[in-house]
Amino acid sequence: MKGAWIVGLFSISVSFYGCARSASSAPTSPVYGSAIVEVNGGKQTASVGGRLEQPVVMQVNDEQGNAVTGAVVSFHGAKGVTFEPASGATDSSGQFTTTVSLGGTAGRYQIVASTPTKAQKAAEIKIVEIALGYQEVLGRELNEQYCARCHNPESTPERVSNYDNLEVKPHPFTEGDTLNKMSDPDLLAIISHGGPALNKSPLMPPYGYTLSRTDMQALIAYVRMVSDPPYSVPGTLYTKK
Amino acid sequence: MPSPSKNRSRWFGDPGRTFGIVSIILLISLAIAPAKNHFSEWRRYQNSYLAMIRGRGDAVTLQRHFQGGIQQIWRPELGAVDRCTSCHVGLKEASLTDVSAQPFRRHPVVPHNIEQFGCVMCHRGQGIATTVEEAHSSTLAWEQPLLPARYIESSCGQCHHAPLAGTPQLNEGRKLLASSGCVHCHTIKLPEGGTLQASDDPPSLVHIADKTTREWIFTWLKDPQAYAASARMPNFKLSDDDARDISAFLIFNSVSLPGDTLALSQKAAADPSAGPSLYGESFCATCHAVQNAAGNLVGGNIGPELTRIGNKAKPEWLAAWVNNPRGYDPGTAMPHYRFTEQQVATLATFLQAKSDSDFMSNVHLDPATSEQIAHGKLLVTEYGCASCHEISGIKKPENFAPELTRIGSKPISQLIFVAGMRHSLPDYITGKLRQPRAFAAGLKMPQYSFTPAQIDALTTALLSLNERSQNLPSSLTIPAPRESAYQPAGKAGQLMNDLACFSCHRINGRGSDLAPDLTWEGSSVQRKWLEDFLRNPNTLRPALIRRMPKFNLKPEEITTLTDYIMTVYQTPTFDHDSMPNSGYAGSDIEHGRQLFYSKYGCQSCHIIDPKADKGYIGPTLTEVGSRLNAAWIYNWLKNPQYLRPGTIEPNRSMPDEDAHALTAFLVSQKVSAKQEAKK
Repeated sequence: MKGAWIVGLFSISVSFYGCARSASSAPTSPVYGSAIVEVNGGKQTASVGGRLEQPVVMQVNDEQGNAVTGAVVSFHGAKGVTFEPASGATDSSGQFTTTVSLGGTAGRYQIVASTPTKAQKAAEIKIVEIALGYQEVLGRELNEQYCARCHNPESTPERVSNYDNLEVKPHPFTEGDTLNKMSDPDLLAIISHGGPALNKSPLMPPYGYTLSRTDMQALIAYVRMVSDPPYSVPGTLYTKK
Repeated sequence: MPSPSKNRSRWFGDPGRTFGIVSIILLISLAIAPAKNHFSEWRRYQNSYLAMIRGRGDAVTLQRHFQGGIQQIWRPELGAVDRCTSCHVGLKEASLTDVSAQPFRRHPVVPHNIEQFGCVMCHRGQGIATTVEEAHSSTLAWEQPLLPARYIESSCGQCHHAPLAGTPQLNEGRKLLASSGCVHCHTIKLPEGGTLQASDDPPSLVHIADKTTREWIFTWLKDPQAYAASARMPNFKLSDDDARDISAFLIFNSVSLPGDTLALSQKAAADPSAGPSLYGESFCATCHAVQNAAGNLVGGNIGPELTRIGNKAKPEWLAAWVNNPRGYDPGTAMPHYRFTEQQVATLATFLQAKSDSDFMSNVHLDPATSEQIAHGKLLVTEYGCASCHEISGIKKPENFAPELTRIGSKPISQLIFVAGMRHSLPDYITGKLRQPRAFAAGLKMPQYSFTPAQIDALTTALLSLNERSQNLPSSLTIPAPRESAYQPAGKAGQLMNDLACFSCHRINGRGSDLAPDLTWEGSSVQRKWLEDFLRNPNTLRPALIRRMPKFNLKPEEITTLTDYIMTVYQTPTFDHDSMPNSGYAGSDIEHGRQLFYSKYGCQSCHIIDPKADKGYIGPTLTEVGSRLNAAWIYNWLKNPQYLRPGTIEPNRSMPDEDAHALTAFLVSQKVSAKQEAKK
């Protein structure tokens, strides 16, 4: 049978690999997990070409869900993404940590972390990181200054969030389900004329006399970039996916 | 096999045949140039661009915009001849948002027009080249490859020396250049004249023996971060002997200053909670951090970390410092609190107890010999200690380290790389910041403990210091804002220096932005409120963690300060007495209340009724009628950014009558009214 032959070849190569390993380092047989899960580091933003603030941490588990030590984890990403290091073995808590730098063009970058399993397959997990261009970086800075204290529910001692105190809850900027349905002119209207412009809460004040049009467009660009699920530009797409 | 002569006669014997062969060779050689042109890289890209747009709905527009042949942007005043647009044909096509394949991507939105500055100005590389390799990479004749996207903000910094909202990494890098001590040793000349000034203030070592012990100096010199994780001083990687000799010299060289020590006649308060509560009440944590049990630093970074202060400071020095820091260091950022002697004892005892018994426990230094002291002096000179610290008898060295004015365009041929390092300028700079001593033996630059993000920020700032930024036409340079040398006059001025107001507040362009700008404070607040506030400061914003400390001012000091602020810090645009602070019609007040809660939704950020309102962003307005002047409130409502640039309160372009009604409502929120309501 052809299938059996291929599996045989695989096992030969794997045992070969095992020999090479045992010859060079500690005499251990390869360790396999059955699943890889994200511990930390997904959905971060950095400016183009930049390093993500938080490291990406992956954990390899076996079938019982226990952490596996010594399993090989390797990272792959779109063009321009670099990892320090790109692969290695999990530590005593079954985790592997890497620092990720994104590519030079703004957009979403998919990162795939994989680990080999006993069945000669690879267990994979895909996470997404976001690279911000000039406009989105400006938007992020303006968001931190003007918007985040109401629109970001996360509260820190340095920047206390007022989200929980508001009667009508503002939309967090990652809330793609709502914000993706709104057009750019709608968002511009809400930012510049306040909530009542679109029959929404008057607790959202107008910023049209405070921020410039460029600033407001930068904010919209930022909101579009971080929205989850991702925002797609309306109109026909001619390039192949 | 034909003989050579026979061969020659076969090909060239007949003149007709000879002519034919030469013509063919000529034709072929003539065709080389057009063929090279035809098969050139840029033409291939242009053809594949045309193929790509053919199937699109916007093909007609794109086709109309397309121009074949070599394109170039020529800006003679900038020295730019950029032919990048020959391949990057779609840079200006707004409809190409869905194209991610290079070289056809649309250029992302930036504040400048591509024609205005060309490409190389921001991206570096060789603009004049017409092949990918020559344009993007460094070649034998060209050393400037494309700038990695990570450092792209450095290009903004070539013209913009003032901070920009869209370049946080560059702003951070410049701040670090000034605050990490780089410019104490390295000169950085600014194109608009002058040099980059340090924003940190390393302590003077003239009286150091009053402050600390030789053992502590030794341990600190060996590893400053072991004493305090947040220590700014870098690690000089000194040997035990060198650290021993430097500490011997510094102690020997120190001059005692009368008043540096204080013998306390009173004991600390018996209550063990008195120390921590005085530390809390005095808001020491606004500037100083202490490591908590979980290992996190809690507190500000304006003053030094105090986790192990007891290991460092001598008790009699610490008491004198807490009593009046200006006795030891007249220029310190720390305010002179007016503590009672018992408070001094309580706080000094509390701080002295912040020590680690393991720290320095195995440091035993024998008495210094004169050779050690002499060697220590030599080392202090060699390492340039006096670049940062004042040391008696040693002059601050001039140009101690290489000038960095043009570091961002330093030719690679002049750099020495570590083996295995990529040969590029950004890699060289990050390598130097990460491990400066790895480049050669005997280098003096100390080891900093920058995070990777800080190294990226510093590299960005350093790359912006280049030949081009120095030689730009002055019309293009946007100079950095200069810190003004404003000094308030008279007795109040002395008092404000003593209280270090400028460490937190900004007045007339001088000072820090930690606390509100006080330039027009006299127009803003009412005299009575200011007096009460100086006597017993309370916070206006419930969500703030950094607060104004209580200085225990004497009544006459409060009068002096209040008089000065109320008279001098006035805006020229309106008179603060132009509107009455009471006596508004009930109907106006009620109308204002409705505007506040319904039309303008002010309660999303402010609190009027502490029970119902939950706006924790802006200042609490429960007693605003006793704090602010009506004229200030009115003008603030009309244009907040004019009165305080950068405030997040939005300008509502409010009609005069609305602003008037809101002012009437806000002014009616007085202390007395609340207290009466309580009764």
